[in-house]
Amino acid sequence: MPDGATGTGIGAAVKRVEDRRFLTGRGNYVDDIDRPGQTHAHILRSPHAHARIAAIDTAAARAADGVVAVFTGEDMQVGGLPCGWLIHSEDGAPMHEPPHPALAQGKVRHVGDQVAVVIAETLEQARAAAELVEVDYEVLPAVMDMKAAEAGGPLLHEEIGTNKSYDWGLGDKAAVDAALDGSAHVVEIDIVNNRLIPNAMEPRAAVAEYNEANGEYTLYTTTQNPHVIRLLMGAFVLQIPEHKLRVIAPDVGGGFGSKVFLYAEETILTWAAPRVGRPIKWTAERSESFVTDCHGRDHVTNAKLGVDGDGKFTALKVETYANMGAYLSTFATSVPTYLYATLLAGVYTTPVIYANVKAIFTSTVPVDAYRGAGRPEATYLLERIVDKAARQTGIDPVELRRRNMIQPDAFPYQTPVALAYDSGDYQATLDTAQRLADVDGFAARRAASEAAGRKRGLGYSTYIEACGIAPSAVAGALGARAGLYESAEVRVHPTGMVTIFTGSHSHGQGHETTFAQLVSEQLGVPLEHIEINHGDTGNVQFGMGTYGSRSLAVGGEALVRAANKVIDKARKIAAHILEASAGDIEFENGTFTVAGTDRSMAFGEVALAAYVPHNFPHDELEPGLDESAFYDPANFTFPGGAHICEVEVDPETGVVSVERFTAVDDVGRVINPMIVEGQVHGGVAQGIGQALLEGCAYDAEGQLLTGSYMDYTMPRADNLPNFEVATETTLCAHNTLGVKGVGEVGAIGSPPAVVNAVVDALSDLGVTDISMPATPSRVWKAIQDARA
Amino acid sequence: MPTVTMTVNGKAASAEVEARTLLVQFLRENLRLTGTHVGCDTSQCGACVVHVDGVSAKSCTMLALQADGAEVVTVEGLADGDALHPMQEAFRDNHGLQCGFCTPGMVMSAIDLVGRDPGASEADIREWLEGNICRCTGYHNIVKAIRQAAGAMGG
Repeated sequence: MPDGATGTGIGAAVKRVEDRRFLTGRGNYVDDIDRPGQTHAHILRSPHAHARIAAIDTAAARAADGVVAVFTGEDMQVGGLPCGWLIHSEDGAPMHEPPHPALAQGKVRHVGDQVAVVIAETLEQARAAAELVEVDYEVLPAVMDMKAAEAGGPLLHEEIGTNKSYDWGLGDKAAVDAALDGSAHVVEIDIVNNRLIPNAMEPRAAVAEYNEANGEYTLYTTTQNPHVIRLLMGAFVLQIPEHKLRVIAPDVGGGFGSKVFLYAEETILTWAAPRVGRPIKWTAERSESFVTDCHGRDHVTNAKLGVDGDGKFTALKVETYANMGAYLSTFATSVPTYLYATLLAGVYTTPVIYANVKAIFTSTVPVDAYRGAGRPEATYLLERIVDKAARQTGIDPVELRRRNMIQPDAFPYQTPVALAYDSGDYQATLDTAQRLADVDGFAARRAASEAAGRKRGLGYSTYIEACGIAPSAVAGALGARAGLYESAEVRVHPTGMVTIFTGSHSHGQGHETTFAQLVSEQLGVPLEHIEINHGDTGNVQFGMGTYGSRSLAVGGEALVRAANKVIDKARKIAAHILEASAGDIEFENGTFTVAGTDRSMAFGEVALAAYVPHNFPHDELEPGLDESAFYDPANFTFPGGAHICEVEVDPETGVVSVERFTAVDDVGRVINPMIVEGQVHGGVAQGIGQALLEGCAYDAEGQLLTGSYMDYTMPRADNLPNFEVATETTLCAHNTLGVKGVGEVGAIGSPPAVVNAVVDALSDLGVTDISMPATPSRVWKAIQDARA
Repeated sequence: MPTVTMTVNGKAASAEVEARTLLVQFLRENLRLTGTHVGCDTSQCGACVVHVDGVSAKSCTMLALQADGAEVVTVEGLADGDALHPMQEAFRDNHGLQCGFCTPGMVMSAIDLVGRDPGASEADIREWLEGNICRCTGYHNIVKAIRQAAGAMGG
């Protein structure tokens, strides 16, 4: 069991193992890697949102100083970048899935689309030569507005005859319509979930090389899932056998989903490496990241919630337009469908739900999973409409939530939108959050604000999410083209030291610490004797990577299973040497003991014996102590919780200040509370960013208006308060650790709490709605409009 | 090409560079001190902050030649053997870093702040960090770390 705050096992706030190298400048990020003989790539990108390429003349560029090669789409005739999730429309038709070329094939479809690659001795030479590439564009009208794009007009992908990828539905529409007709109240809301740009602080980068001697490719790349990149790029795009393609993701500087996907640049470099015969390096400039890293969110939704005379929800109907951008990115199609509509029950007992989602192509950067991916969109919609319902019915928003919550004794709970929740206690997280937020003292604080000429508001969000992605059987039935299990290997060395190989990838999450804590406790081996190896397909047997808060709930569980196999094997070895039966060997605190005797062997002694097996019975006991496991979860995990935000608004300027933010989350068993709190802090900061600061804007011609840190507002230290963070634990019912996942809860739960707080602050001025991001100008205008 | 000479982390460094070479390029490419990072192209993110003659500076916004003759300290020059600088120690103690990419600039910037204003309040710290963007931590633990380090550094 947990050895508490003073130890290093489960439940201990162990300081991170990885920190020393980061703090001393010894991290090893892709841009820090230089290979002998390396060349440099610069990607020539489309300045237009939509254009036909009539001709490209690369002669002058090829002749420029230092240029090694110039390639265009004409040279690179390979498969398109694949989409990993097949969605079927309500009429049964498979989604439209137009090609997603790494280098443009006759047409560009967003500003930043790849047109050519220039490879030179130096980066400066590559950039200079790119200026000499002459591209003859026939500019076409940009496709920007989703509803107009659905209705007709110019087509981004002529071959599919529409700008809509799919028109998907989930739930019983007839039952929902009937229930809404019979409801005492129908609450309607129009919601925009603003488009975000993920902005991991490390720009994407890649170094690709080809070894002619053995036909092997090596790609260093900033990815969250190197094995998936190898699979997608090798099998679907470049036809490189997997054993000849090694993908290495070393230290990666943040991901938040944006580094999950197979990108054009790493594909172009890998393809070009044998053609150039030398290593090739590319690192995104930040302005390139803005127009090429997949964006997030971007939903336009109308929803109706039925409420009966007792304040019970009767039905929910949701119609969403989801922006796909110009192409279907790796996971894009699953985000507004199975990661969104399946969460529309939230923590409530709404009996019937129907969602329709139209996925639309526009002349913008592809949209894909960003921290939370679909679940923040569902949560924002639900928690805003619940607040609106409270105002419309005159029921207190907390009381309305409590009245509709799934009760702690109702698990497992089958929702009307496919998911079956395994555990939770939503009342408990809300109770604790209210206490920590000092809700009782709010009235006095509000009065003090009023006296100072300011408006103060309190906003709630009680949310649930599905993570631990994903049970392969469920995911497969829903259209996933891959299983989403995880693998782990526990290799015990003769010295008793342990190396863990995991298919999960850490890009800030602290796996080198958390995973070591798990195995330390399980094997009784000191933390410092355990090393984590991840991010290299040459070392790690297989992996599905890190996204969807899956590392601990799926990857950690695989690790536990592999370690259990190690214990089983070690028990047999100890039994052999101690001349007992394996069934009589007890294992505790790193020691194998023959039950009821003082005959024992330390873990390290067994490890050594495993590799010096002088008298093992060969047909019964193999030498070695190295075990692996693949774990495929039985269900998603369901973290949830309550977030409470308190804001102060200056009505003269519209400036919103977050005064307090309280997050009480149920993430299942906590392995390292320090890391868990850090994950919540970061997620909440991104959620407050979405609610108040961040908004991606394009003009009507498809030019990105927020293309740098001067225009796109990243949360700074002085935009944020200190956070009050706590956990209330119910255990996941279907993994042995009882863990649920924590990576995304902050970003999922927080945005509606913030916006509900702003609306609450301004409600007595007559403001009933405010769009994200609630910038000073928007808030000020809402106040003026309400006063008018 | 002009020659640039400076002291970096206590050691003399000299090289012929193109005049347009940025200080961060000189550090990363010539000296292979890759702890100093580049996170943006508009001088906003602060991942590249180093000390030039004791003052924090964004090395992406300065030519190497502008640091000619200067004493430059990068994140690699802070620890004394195995002993971390108090600011590094405080970031570790308080989980003030996650992915580590903004961390070198954050630490260098914070040391300059504490040197200037050992009694900096939480609000002062948050305002000072305007030029350093972190996407992982929400700043909560960074602010906590800087306050602890200020105490340890004699503030």
